Amino acid sequence: MTAIIDYGVGNLFSLTCSFDAIGEKAVVTSDPEVIKKAGRIILPGVGAFGDAAEKLRKSGLDRVLKEEVAKGKPLLGICLGMQLLFEKSYEYGEYEGLGLIEGEIKPIADVIPADYKIPHIGWNALIFRNDDGGLFRYIKEGDFVYFVHSFYAAGCEKDTAAVAEYGAPLTAAVVKGNVYGTQFHPEKSGDVGLAILRAFCEREGPLC
Amino acid sequence: MITKRIIPCLDVRNGRVVKGVNFEGLNDVNSPVELADYYSRCGADELVFYDITASSDGRKLFTDILCETAKKVFIPLTVGGGINTTEDFDRVLKCGADKVSVNSGAIRNPSLINEAAKLYGDQCVVISADVKRVDGVFRVFAKGGRENTGMEAIEWIKRCVGNGAGEVVLNSIDTDGVKKGFDLEMLDAVCNAVSVPVIASGGAGCIEDFITLFKTLPKVDAGLAASIFHFGEVSIKDLKQSLANENINVRIQR
Repeated sequence: MTAIIDYGVGNLFSLTCSFDAIGEKAVVTSDPEVIKKAGRIILPGVGAFGDAAEKLRKSGLDRVLKEEVAKGKPLLGICLGMQLLFEKSYEYGEYEGLGLIEGEIKPIADVIPADYKIPHIGWNALIFRNDDGGLFRYIKEGDFVYFVHSFYAAGCEKDTAAVAEYGAPLTAAVVKGNVYGTQFHPEKSGDVGLAILRAFCEREGPLC
Repeated sequence: MITKRIIPCLDVRNGRVVKGVNFEGLNDVNSPVELADYYSRCGADELVFYDITASSDGRKLFTDILCETAKKVFIPLTVGGGINTTEDFDRVLKCGADKVSVNSGAIRNPSLINEAAKLYGDQCVVISADVKRVDGVFRVFAKGGRENTGMEAIEWIKRCVGNGAGEVVLNSIDTDGVKKGFDLEMLDAVCNAVSVPVIASGGAGCIEDFITLFKTLPKVDAGLAASIFHFGEVSIKDLKQSLANENINVRIQR
């Protein structure tokens, strides 16, 4: 079973449906006991970093996530959920993240040419970089996934599994041990996205 | 690089897909869920659902259809029609919509875009504008193209983007249903006025029209059409292959 973390950020309907589509059981939850019993965890998220990080802290879920990751349980952060895995974000201020992956969240505008539109929205091709931890086992380099974001993860080259080219190579996926993150939305990336979720679901951590 | 998007539009009334020529003479075409699934498998990059129902029964039917579609189709879904309040945003987002497009609702209440962008983010709010030349001036029309608001279109679109609309769908009433190509002049004016993605709508009749669109106006991000896809006059697979042959960057499924 996969626990999809519900901390009041974003819309989980499509994400839940995508698990149904690949035949995997998923539960939307904020209950630490349910999260502890899950084989793996998804941290979704849409919106502003500061607000989301605050909600994780207030609910105590930040601690639960760190504990489960320390036990070896696979965690996949999606979009803002991926950004929250990092140490720090500069989105409208300066906020601390979960610190599970080294690096910082910065505005795309810092690195792309001025005539590129922001947000980076639409379908872009994955360019593979370092170890993908098995996440891409069912897809190929050059496959397209769907992005919507104005900030990106910087300073995480060694944990970067894929980038997307948008006037600059933008971090598209990160993998560090049992911690995974995708800047794109696998639940909105057609068959390629579902194949990535299927690969993630083959990872399982201690169920306790 | 980011690809040009091809977007079929499904006008939905009482749970069925319809398409009007110049917004009149509607024909029942097909089931929205089946069409959406079909298009997704053919390589559509995104789907737009327009609810053209006026009744509350029809609205309920629409959200049911939307939910059914979102359970089967895993590409971005944009919903428009009957969006007048942030509660309407909430209603369709809970059913699986990723973006919500506003038209008459924003004309009646210009603060709607601002409120929705604050709640759901700019990327969620699309301004859809029905525009027609009146005495040589681009004017915004409301109520499905039937009512001239008197507002100048480029200023209106700029204002909506300034208020937080993250994307623009420009539907030219002058070219809609005529199938002689997109309204390049009108699109060019909008692309030069805003920095958010612009989606061209109205006038596509054949594959060549999309090639001309993206070659002439590289700033346009996506092409939207309805009947040519629904009636099989243009297949999305062939369209994307033709665009790729012309070195226009598109998503080809493998």
